[in-house]
Amino acid sequence: MTQGADLRAEIDRIYREEYGRVVASLARRFGDLDIAEDAAGEALLTAIERWPVDGIPPNPGGWLTTTAGNRAIDRLRRESLRDTKHQAAMMITDDTPHEPTGPVEDDRLRLVFTCCHPALAPEARVALTLRLLGGLTVEEIARAFLVPETTMAQRITRAKAKIKAAHIPYRVPDHDDVTDRLGGVLAVIYLVYNEGYLAGSGDDPVRVELTAEAIRLGRILRQLLPAEGEVAGLLALMLLSEARRTARFAGGELVTLEEQDRSGWDRALITEGHALVRECLARVASTSSRPGQYQILAAINAVHTDANDARDTDWTQIVALYDQLYAVAPTPIVALNRAVAVAELDGPDVALAIVDSLDLGGYHAWHATRADLLRRLGRSAEARAEYDAAIAATQNPAETAYLSRRRAHLVGPDA
Amino acid sequence: MTQYMLSVYGTAETYDMPLEEAQPMYEATGRFNEKLMADGSWVFGGGLERIENSTTVDGTGGDAIVTDGPYLETKEFLGGFWIIEAPDLDAALKLAAEGSKACGGKVEVRPFQPEPE
Repeated sequence: MTQGADLRAEIDRIYREEYGRVVASLARRFGDLDIAEDAAGEALLTAIERWPVDGIPPNPGGWLTTTAGNRAIDRLRRESLRDTKHQAAMMITDDTPHEPTGPVEDDRLRLVFTCCHPALAPEARVALTLRLLGGLTVEEIARAFLVPETTMAQRITRAKAKIKAAHIPYRVPDHDDVTDRLGGVLAVIYLVYNEGYLAGSGDDPVRVELTAEAIRLGRILRQLLPAEGEVAGLLALMLLSEARRTARFAGGELVTLEEQDRSGWDRALITEGHALVRECLARVASTSSRPGQYQILAAINAVHTDANDARDTDWTQIVALYDQLYAVAPTPIVALNRAVAVAELDGPDVALAIVDSLDLGGYHAWHATRADLLRRLGRSAEARAEYDAAIAATQNPAETAYLSRRRAHLVGPDA
Repeated sequence: MTQYMLSVYGTAETYDMPLEEAQPMYEATGRFNEKLMADGSWVFGGGLERIENSTTVDGTGGDAIVTDGPYLETKEFLGGFWIIEAPDLDAALKLAAEGSKACGGKVEVRPFQPEPE
């Protein structure tokens, strides 16, 4: 019984691992996502039936792809006549010429560009990527994004219908467009990561699983596009954030970078992340190119994870990197994060002047940063009001717990 | 190949533009049209008269009822369109970007339904 359950778990693991490859291969071959997905599902059922008897095949991914391909052909044969007959004849031989692709020939790479196509709504891009490449079920994606399953199912169905009707291609964009379009793909993966990372401690485990899924997608992309600095940068950024994930929470409360138990950081992930950052720096130096935002963010995280004690942090370098980041991405959020580093270098008064100049009222991190700077300046009454504003603006229980504790520890008179 | 309709929406002000301002757009649009014809993407296209010149006909009842004016009263309305043939949406979007630049308006890209079998 236990053995059967273990085998079933192993089949599920393999299936999820291989799902993206199977669907991507079938989508290219049959030009239809529904056919690809249905056939992949049927291949799973066949595996559940056969593998306990025959054993897991030596190349389970190949087995699933072949089986799914046969199921798809069976279905096309069964379905109506004229057009299908012709199609099926074509599919059996699979002599469709491979369309010329961009830098790398990989079905998953084509599919990720399809899923993250700018003609699809941003929330649909995320859902499709998780469904088709990550192999997550609609129910899991719905739970992760806190929407009803029917809403998520509809979102995915609509997006697939648009891909079909508008002929969004399964293709890696031309060389001229690949950088622009890659930005969209990276944004989706980073969004998936943050959705899991920012979810908080005691939350649904599926949300935490999103960080693992994003890293897996980041690794696939890195494997497919090894020369792209931003791909390496995003992977490094996610690895270096992930290394600190468990240290970010203690007793249901958010722990700031400064207060984290650094012995709890994952050394293996940090080593891997640092190696990627060094690779990015070397590439930037040798090509005298400007690093993009993911590489700069990764470098900032590398500086943080380089310090064994918060007091050893090289704040000069961090502020310099934020200056660089602001030049690439001049957003108020970047300016806010830069101000946090400026506070360490030039003092909380200088940082507060920057923070006050930003139009971020209502954003929890802005209020939390402002509260902390006021606290450090001894302006307790103002700090107290600002903590209240931050607490009102966040929905994350771990952050609320942290802010409440900080507020309670303020010395000085109530306002 | 799929046919796409590239629709350009405008307001009354678009039509009130002085000729010297509109002239460069006409010329750029003309060059774009020639390009579409040269590369085989062109199916049909043209600019439409002012919205006041439209007439709505309702033939769904018994006798057709004819009314002055557009079907929908909106501030923005269809001012012109292209129908093009393109291998996929990426190709259509590229042409739409060129067309938008040429005519100075936003372009909506919409695929035609396939012919019923």
